Amino acid sequence: MLKYIIPLILFIVMAGFLAMGLKLDPREIPSPLIDKPAPDFALPVLTRPERTLSKTDLAGKVWLLNVWASWCVSCRQEHPVLNQLAQQHVTTIVGLNYKDDPTAAKQWLGQLGNPYNVSVMDQEGRTGIDYGVYGVPETFVIDKKGMIRYKHTGPVSIEDVQQIFLPLIARLQAEA
Amino acid sequence: MKPLQVQHLFFIDTLVCRYLLNIQFLITTHIQKRKTGAAQVLMLFIISWNCLAAVEYRKFEDPQKVQTYHHLISELRCLVCQNQTIADSNADLAKDLRRQVYEMLQQGKSQQEIIAFMTQRYGDFVLYNPPFKAKTGLLWLGPVLFLVTGLVIVVFLARRSKAPADETSDTEQQALKARAKKLLDNGDRS
Repeated sequence: MLKYIIPLILFIVMAGFLAMGLKLDPREIPSPLIDKPAPDFALPVLTRPERTLSKTDLAGKVWLLNVWASWCVSCRQEHPVLNQLAQQHVTTIVGLNYKDDPTAAKQWLGQLGNPYNVSVMDQEGRTGIDYGVYGVPETFVIDKKGMIRYKHTGPVSIEDVQQIFLPLIARLQAEA
Repeated sequence: MKPLQVQHLFFIDTLVCRYLLNIQFLITTHIQKRKTGAAQVLMLFIISWNCLAAVEYRKFEDPQKVQTYHHLISELRCLVCQNQTIADSNADLAKDLRRQVYEMLQQGKSQQEIIAFMTQRYGDFVLYNPPFKAKTGLLWLGPVLFLVTGLVIVVFLARRSKAPADETSDTEQQALKARAKKLLDNGDRS
């Protein structure tokens, strides 16, 4: 009897591990930046390159930093969701236009709508490195004190907005 | 034809590039003797052109820094193509990270400082050789744990298969010995 039960148990344990492995996303790498101050930046604004926006300009606000690019395929999928979120006016949305061509980027926003309060250009990807960006799109939620409170890798879905972003933003807005 | 399109057709990895450059060299030397399809040569030329574009030239004054540079870029993981180091990968992020390592070395930053810079941003995952911590404990001890479990099972099984033989020995062996002695003493007459 034991002869049959032991392999069966082993099989169940292995199947359990494999099933767990199927559900894990290897692209989801935990960011060490959560609950740390958002890295500083001072980057030219996409629509008016002579002006720069820095992190200090956003102090006292709850804001999203959405990393996007016109060459990024899944950004296209995410874009309507961001447009919808922007219409609710619950938070400032800053776009980090990552390693993109400004003309293509502006054209993209013209065609698909602009959910961003402001977009800044990171053409060399240096701010991207500071924020640990490895897969565009990525979205950071930053609180009034300038701390990163949440990071989402990959396109944000409507469910993510409803279940994660909106409750978190409401909570952060309520903070002093 | 745009180089980008060629890149889509052939997955170009630095190693593949090296081979292709060699093949191109062989063919171009060969073509001087015999006629080869011009289109083939053109294709290879386009591909290797792309490879040449991918080669980066880094200038170091200090030979020690060259070593540190190569050590670091083969220790850091490319987060886009997760099973490659940034030395092996041609992904955009890998290029940026190589540039970052180079610049920091030129600024006189130490190896530890560069590793700290990377882990602050990307976490321990960026290291191919992560430090031993509570979080990475299972990663480091896992193989030892498996080995020990395996050994325990082997020892357990070996003992169990030996056990029945041992049990018979005590009583039966003596009986056998007695019988053998009796046979030796008395011969086969009885």
